[in-house]
Amino acid sequence: MNHLLSLLIWLPVLGAVPVLLCGSNRPSAARWVALLVSVATFAASLALLPGYDAATGTMQLAENVSWIPSLGIHYALAVDGISVALIVLTSFVTILVIVGAWEVIQVKTHQYMAAMLVLEGLMIGVFCATDALLFYVFFEAMLIPMFIIIGVWGGPRRVYATLKFFIYTFFGSIFMLVGLIYLHHKTGGSFALADMAQVKLSMTEQSWLFFAFLIAFAVKVPMVPVHTWLPDAHVEAPTGGSVVLAAIMLKIGGYGFLRFSLPIVPDASEAYAWLIIVLSLLAVVYIGYVALVQGDMKKLVAYSSIAHMGFVTLGIFIAFLLVRETGNTEAARLGMQGAMVQMISHGFISGAMFTCIGVLYDRLHTRQIKDYGGVINVMPWFGLFYVLFAMANSGLPGTSGFVGEFMVILAAFSANPWIALFAAFTLIIGAAYTLWMVKRVLWGDITNPHVAEMKDINGREIFVLSSFAAAVLLFGIWPQPLVHLMDASVARIVEQLALTKV
Amino acid sequence: MPNVNDILILLPEIYLVVAACVLLLLDAFLKPAQKGVIHWLGIIVLLVAAWLVIDGQPPQSVTAFGGMFIRDGVAEILKVFSLLVTALIFVYARPYLRDRAIPFGEFYTLTIFATVGILFLISAGSLVTVYLGLELLTLSSYALVALNRDSPLSSEAAIKYFVLGALASGSLLYGMSMVYGATHSLDLATIHAAVGSTEWPQLLTFGLIFMIVGIGFKLGAAPFHMWIPDVYQGAPTSVTIFIGSAQKLAAFAMAYRLLATGMGSVGVAGGSEVLVHQWQLMIAVLAVLSLAIGNLVAIVQTNLKRLLAYSTISHMGYLLIGLVNATPEGYSAAMFYAISYALTSAAAFGIILALARAGFECEEIDDLKGLNQRSPWFAFLMLLVMFSLAGVPPLFGFYGKLLVLESAINAGMLWLAIVGAVAAIIGLYYYLRVVKVMYFDKPTEGTDVRPQSDLSVRWVLSLNALALLVLGFTWGPLFAWCQKAFV
Repeated sequence: MNHLLSLLIWLPVLGAVPVLLCGSNRPSAARWVALLVSVATFAASLALLPGYDAATGTMQLAENVSWIPSLGIHYALAVDGISVALIVLTSFVTILVIVGAWEVIQVKTHQYMAAMLVLEGLMIGVFCATDALLFYVFFEAMLIPMFIIIGVWGGPRRVYATLKFFIYTFFGSIFMLVGLIYLHHKTGGSFALADMAQVKLSMTEQSWLFFAFLIAFAVKVPMVPVHTWLPDAHVEAPTGGSVVLAAIMLKIGGYGFLRFSLPIVPDASEAYAWLIIVLSLLAVVYIGYVALVQGDMKKLVAYSSIAHMGFVTLGIFIAFLLVRETGNTEAARLGMQGAMVQMISHGFISGAMFTCIGVLYDRLHTRQIKDYGGVINVMPWFGLFYVLFAMANSGLPGTSGFVGEFMVILAAFSANPWIALFAAFTLIIGAAYTLWMVKRVLWGDITNPHVAEMKDINGREIFVLSSFAAAVLLFGIWPQPLVHLMDASVARIVEQLALTKV
Repeated sequence: MPNVNDILILLPEIYLVVAACVLLLLDAFLKPAQKGVIHWLGIIVLLVAAWLVIDGQPPQSVTAFGGMFIRDGVAEILKVFSLLVTALIFVYARPYLRDRAIPFGEFYTLTIFATVGILFLISAGSLVTVYLGLELLTLSSYALVALNRDSPLSSEAAIKYFVLGALASGSLLYGMSMVYGATHSLDLATIHAAVGSTEWPQLLTFGLIFMIVGIGFKLGAAPFHMWIPDVYQGAPTSVTIFIGSAQKLAAFAMAYRLLATGMGSVGVAGGSEVLVHQWQLMIAVLAVLSLAIGNLVAIVQTNLKRLLAYSTISHMGYLLIGLVNATPEGYSAAMFYAISYALTSAAAFGIILALARAGFECEEIDDLKGLNQRSPWFAFLMLLVMFSLAGVPPLFGFYGKLLVLESAINAGMLWLAIVGAVAAIIGLYYYLRVVKVMYFDKPTEGTDVRPQSDLSVRWVLSLNALALLVLGFTWGPLFAWCQKAFV
């Protein structure tokens, strides 16, 4: 039996113990141990790629041990192409976060590193779990280290932000728990996602469950109107926290829609697809405008994350319009592919953007755009990366930001040109808010005397930023491997959509 | 006539009474410097009693003294955990008692007598045994609450507890008399057989209502919760921990014996569907009120002991959700909940005890400010306890909630499960506030809150709190044991 997935979950979680044992007196030991653990986890996650057969798209590398026999709860793990991509993303970003925090986190370094590793393991657990209760356990447990990370190492209003983050997310997911218990009751005592996907449900039941899932995942994504925790959490979180939040945690919302809403309640998902599409377009257009007026860089990128995640939900739910109403499976696949590529790509881009802001913040201790200006004169290397990521964020062809959005817009066009029109607004608004920020931060004359004293990025920062840059460019120019990895899995999900469960 | 067999069935209880008397005598003869021996003997006595319970457990349910005393699977589990939790309390309480010069002998013997009361309550097979067990437990508790004689707060709490407790006992007794009138029996099994065919159904209903008042008082379920915050705050913490953990197991046992054994669902031996429906409804009302009042009022508390008091009220709400189901599934969920709550609450008060020292109680939430900087390990233990109380997976407390919500849904009471879910969100806030104070706030200048360096306390407390994490992964066997008890 293959234990690779268990290894991926428990290596970082248990690896946090020696990091903690380093204690507050030996921060550099804690850093090195944490780095070692995260690199080992990344190496193990790379082993998924040859181990996973992308051609079939089924759930593979399964592990299944009965956990609580009388309730039918299993410790069941398995991955498909989508999970593999997200797991590799997670372990990749974690290394960069740990390297990024090297000199930045000086207080209780060992606790920070340990929290990051625990968080990594739990997030990987979310992407592997095929038992609904196990999924829920990881989904909730993940909040604890994030709560600590924002609350201890965050900015001035960190307590407010972290409480809001925790309560919002918990609020969303507790109703999912009730829904899952109800499904457990309906399936006759199984928590396996595959069994839940089989069970027949009336339209009323499906609608209730749909909203239970929606509230859990919409908070996580986040979708308008339950997005308000995100700007607060991002602004107050330390750089590493923001990176993980934007790059991975938000993806768990989109992933949840794929794993829960679509297979378990397909008919209700179809009936309410219009709602999700409207909310997604609202995120793309309205939140885009909100981002435009932000004076705080982190807030701006936080809002831009919401707008970009709008493409993910749009790409997932546009499939219903295509498959069930026009029978256009090809376009539906394209849309969902686009959503998945967008998830991965946004992971890199948003992570990179937040790292860039972190770099500026470490030097000037402000995130206000108006405090900067002319940074390119003192930090040319930084400027290079910043412009690259800004271009990617606004969806320039050749960067990964373009691929996903383009695919979703294409699919939307086959469904309804009007939807495509509104979605395409992002190309204008996204470019507007991102490039305008770049203009005010990088270009122009140096007005703030402190900016003149800023030093360009050091080797460690170059390593982090160039890793992100490599990923952004690689998947922008050559998205084929990523698409191929997820293609068969996406096709299976689209097939399932067509089946009614009433 | 009682025979040898009856005596053997009661062996753990008889042993405990004798041991308590021996301890009392020993305490009188020991010199003040030697009183520490009582502490170790007390722990040993409890552990031996737990061993006697397990070792002498009959394969099937048996009764003694003509059905007055039941020894079944439920009794075994609840007794083992009551004794273990009380032993934990003895470990945690010692430094606290020593620093405050609270007499050792009285505390240990009274607590053991109260534990005997718990054991009788757990094994009660007739209304008389329920009442005797309850009185032994509560009378010892009144004295325990007042143990710190010089503290006005303590005396006030004891008086409140006594007056309200007497009222509740009276109500219970009144209800019992009506049930006796309607069924002509004090024996719970006979009552169960007779409830369906009674000529006085109204009388039975009235009796039920009065008995539920008694049960609600003992559990501390709203609207019979008034005594909980004052007693929790006023009693010495070493006594609060006992009222807040081991006694909850007894309260569950009392509710289970009176409602399920005496008036449970229709089976081979009688029962009345109407009656079950009546108490299900009443328990559901108590559950909703407890969840709402407990959680909402806890939000504004600044005193940690009071906060935990209101949190108890809300937890009893969850426990009652399990009882509402009125099936073995629901009972096992409720029992699991009671056990998980007793272990968690013992750890919570244990940490408060460990942080207190002579002249300092550590009972304001603000006293915990910046604990993570002074003692990261204790802050971490408290974090585990708080997340377990809040019901965040993977901690033990989550699974209790999962089981009671599941039992509510299986019973077709989705609305009750949703109320439980909403209450969990409200409850989350004040548990998070404690974590926030420990981790995010700076320590107050001039204070120095650190755990005492008593090694046994440190180790046992660490094991207790870590068990909440470990049991979060390995709760299966415990749950299977609970389920087996109700088959």
